[in-house]
Amino acid sequence: MSEIKLYTKKFDFYYGHFKALTDINLEIQKNKVTALIGPSGCGKSTFLRSLNRMNDIIPGTIVEGTVALDGKDIYDKNIDVVDLRRRVGMVFQKSNPFPKSIFENVAYGLRINGERNRGKITHHVEESLKNAALWEEVKDRLDTSAMDLSGGQQQRLCIARALAVQPEVILMDEPASALDPIATQKIEELIFELKDDYTIVIVTHNMQQAARVSDFTAFFYLGELIEFDETDKIFTNPSQKKTEDYVTGRFG
Amino acid sequence: MMKINWKKVNEKLGFSILRLATGVVIFILFFIIYDIVSKGIGSVNWEFVTDKPRKGMTEGGIWPAIVGTFWVSLVTVIFSVPIGMFAAIYLNEYARQGRIVRLIRLAIRNLSGVPSIVYGLFGFSLFVLMLNFGLSVLSSGLTLGLLTLPWTITASEEALKTVPMSYREGALALGATKWQTIRSNVLPYAVPGMLTGTILGLARAAGETAPILFTGVAFFWPILPKFPDVLFKQFMALPYHLFIMSTQHHEIVKVRPLAYGTAFVLIVLILLMNTVAIWIRYRFRKKYKRI
Repeated sequence: MSEIKLYTKKFDFYYGHFKALTDINLEIQKNKVTALIGPSGCGKSTFLRSLNRMNDIIPGTIVEGTVALDGKDIYDKNIDVVDLRRRVGMVFQKSNPFPKSIFENVAYGLRINGERNRGKITHHVEESLKNAALWEEVKDRLDTSAMDLSGGQQQRLCIARALAVQPEVILMDEPASALDPIATQKIEELIFELKDDYTIVIVTHNMQQAARVSDFTAFFYLGELIEFDETDKIFTNPSQKKTEDYVTGRFG
Repeated sequence: MMKINWKKVNEKLGFSILRLATGVVIFILFFIIYDIVSKGIGSVNWEFVTDKPRKGMTEGGIWPAIVGTFWVSLVTVIFSVPIGMFAAIYLNEYARQGRIVRLIRLAIRNLSGVPSIVYGLFGFSLFVLMLNFGLSVLSSGLTLGLLTLPWTITASEEALKTVPMSYREGALALGATKWQTIRSNVLPYAVPGMLTGTILGLARAAGETAPILFTGVAFFWPILPKFPDVLFKQFMALPYHLFIMSTQHHEIVKVRPLAYGTAFVLIVLILLMNTVAIWIRYRFRKKYKRI
């Protein structure tokens, strides 16, 4: 039984006068992994960031059309953006741990949402670190600086941090692009485990990764959605020639 | 015929000019310090620092001037630091960056170039006359506060700009409000820079004569009452005292050593303020280590 968690309808996006996305109509299914692929500059990161309105902080951006979470338009005037971002979490391409301790990084989301109980915070921090497959490696040094962790560990810390606020959707913008193969594999395994409880949308440059990790794939090209289908179909029998050219490596 | 390597020659020439320029600056600095210390240190003793001027200011000390400078600087700090920091936070983090904000920034930059005597006149008409604070510590402190404000705002803005966007983005993406983000992820890392710039501006203000000339400093005012009465009284101040002793006194040759003593104390005070700035910056940097 498939349920639609997020969808966009006739979605256009402008950076000032530049039209970065044209008429995107996409449905993201609940508890599935949807991958966004396409060559550099095709708009996939822009689209991802539109799903939790992170593009709002860039001056001069304009949106048209609808983006809906659980059926409600997220660009509606009455929507609380702060709450939206708690429900739709994000992990960035370059991991950005705060220059605080490991514990404080994960606890941050809890504290800003008003949690004061030390016991609850400690419990949630442990839970999140376990869910992000980082607990064993850091449990003895939670008070040390997050900046001392390796790249892969920092990225998993950012995932733990995002999980701590108990989002419904997790957006990942090329989460493993800055990591070595072993760390990448860990992240991919993690995504696989997380999808039971979360809806995941991942932008990736790495087509093999998209094929390994996702249930659905959307191919973007020059700001347009060329094709969207089950991952198997996109990579073995795509309908559009452009898609076929891209996944077989003829360009991009 | 020997081949001249022009690249090497130019490089050596360039570095020599740079070294020369640096040397000139250092030389001037040392000359000033040497001059003041050597001619002033003879006058500086415990009595000089704690006693009031006597016998037509040919003897005694400069304690009232030290106290006066202290009170005025305090008013300046309380007025300009919060306003300056918050203005910088607003301009850099909240305001929609457009033509109006650019104009405001331009105005602020230009304000820092306005001659201090013009500030004095402005302070006179606004604080002394219009707001009726009269010639007082309050008027002078506020006028110096206006003088320092462009410095504080500019230094604070620069400090805020150095905090990476990723700190803000990471917090916002977790559902933090803008203020939560700024308070937890931006300010702690910007404060060292903000404080340093602010205190440097204050140190400069403490040594200004023109603004306090119009707004409250007095030739001879040996007793200063306690807070809060002190705010509404006139006062003595170190830079003005220095001016009086050097040029206005009826026996300037006789009191020249006292003038140098005053200059010495003033420089030590400013050095102390700068040291405090460095110490605060050091402590903050240690606590909020960045990559």
